[in-house]
Amino acid sequence: MSIVYPTDSKKANPPFLYPEYKSTVRRAPVKPLVLVPHTLSELTGPVYGHEAVRETDGDLTKQHAAEPLGERIIVHGRVLDEDGRGVPDTLVEIWQANSCGRYTHVNDQHPAPLDPNFTGSGRVVTDAKGHYKFTTIKPGAYPWPNGPNSWRPAHIHLSLFGTAFTSRLVTQMYFPGDPLFVLDPIAQSIPEFARNRLVSSFDLDQTVPDWALAYKFDIVLRGRNATPEDPD
Amino acid sequence: MSAGVTPSQTIGPFAAPCLTPNEAGKTNYDWQQLINGNLVTPDAEGERIRIEGCMFDGEDKPIDGILFEIWQADGQGRYAHPRDPRRTNSSFKGFGRIESNMDGTFAFDTVKPGRVPGPNGAMQAPHIVVAIHMRGILQHLFTRIYFADEASNAEDPILKLVPADRRDTLIAKRDGAGGAYKISFRIQGNRETVFFDI
Repeated sequence: MSIVYPTDSKKANPPFLYPEYKSTVRRAPVKPLVLVPHTLSELTGPVYGHEAVRETDGDLTKQHAAEPLGERIIVHGRVLDEDGRGVPDTLVEIWQANSCGRYTHVNDQHPAPLDPNFTGSGRVVTDAKGHYKFTTIKPGAYPWPNGPNSWRPAHIHLSLFGTAFTSRLVTQMYFPGDPLFVLDPIAQSIPEFARNRLVSSFDLDQTVPDWALAYKFDIVLRGRNATPEDPD
Repeated sequence: MSAGVTPSQTIGPFAAPCLTPNEAGKTNYDWQQLINGNLVTPDAEGERIRIEGCMFDGEDKPIDGILFEIWQADGQGRYAHPRDPRRTNSSFKGFGRIESNMDGTFAFDTVKPGRVPGPNGAMQAPHIVVAIHMRGILQHLFTRIYFADEASNAEDPILKLVPADRRDTLIAKRDGAGGAYKISFRIQGNRETVFFDI
């Protein structure tokens, strides 16, 4: 089986220039990108397996002396390729604001409380079928300096490698029913046909009684079998 | 079954506590850093090199807080990845990650990569592939670093696809014999770096 990384798949990505997200104006490349064939340099990529993470790295509620404040949640799903096959043994890193909408980062000066029991960083490696699971706190919404009264919807940042440098993905997961989603230029920058792929779904089946609500979020990375499937 | 790929979003300004929490001279966060800017392993063969750089915006002002990631072959041109049949025989992984400083600078310590195969059997000149993540871009940028003292640059199949007057933006130059290789990236402007659509 030979895996290819179709350039067409990138049509789901937002453009570099999206003026409603003001910072893009000064940071979008102006000259055209140079299209290059995929060589071994693009078809390989970093491999970080189970040796890279500790068992506790996937539970953001157990990294300090006490539990963080906020609504405990489970975020889980599968990392898949474009043929729907699970991507095993791949690193998934996440970071997020606390339940009040404040990041641990020293540059975050939003006047909401920090939580001494929450750093907001997690990582896991997918299992043999591509499954991953985090336990965390539902992040809060927060204001940002894009324009008057701009607020980011609650979200969790994710970073994934997949099977090649070409499949590298940094993205954000949103929550269902958030009224800020349609107002957020970062989310709305995504072409409409692909936008809702970033909204997780509430998952009653994986919700743990008397403990935590669950949200399901499958992630599809570039990469598919070079041999086209038979149409049926 | 065909599944639509998950779209990219900006890394935003607050990734450091997770991805680069323990860098020297910066605020340190209570989380262990998995990947850093020193790729050298004791058993890695090849020339030890340092690459120093800076990223500038369209007004030639340095940009801080950028996440730079590099991916490269070992000194013999072998990738530590199952898709490279010539697998490396050392513990050199070939991946580095660092956040730029307040003054926009960054540095990697690594070994100079060997040549790796390119399209149609042509060999590529020694190079490093780079992913650049920052606030204000909605998907990361891909570029490459080549080395000014490599004669094989003239026959590199990827450099040949770059307009001749822009190739220079991809080439790191040495600061005297044995010194660091230096490269400046520019996101906009006359000397805008060549970014690749892969």
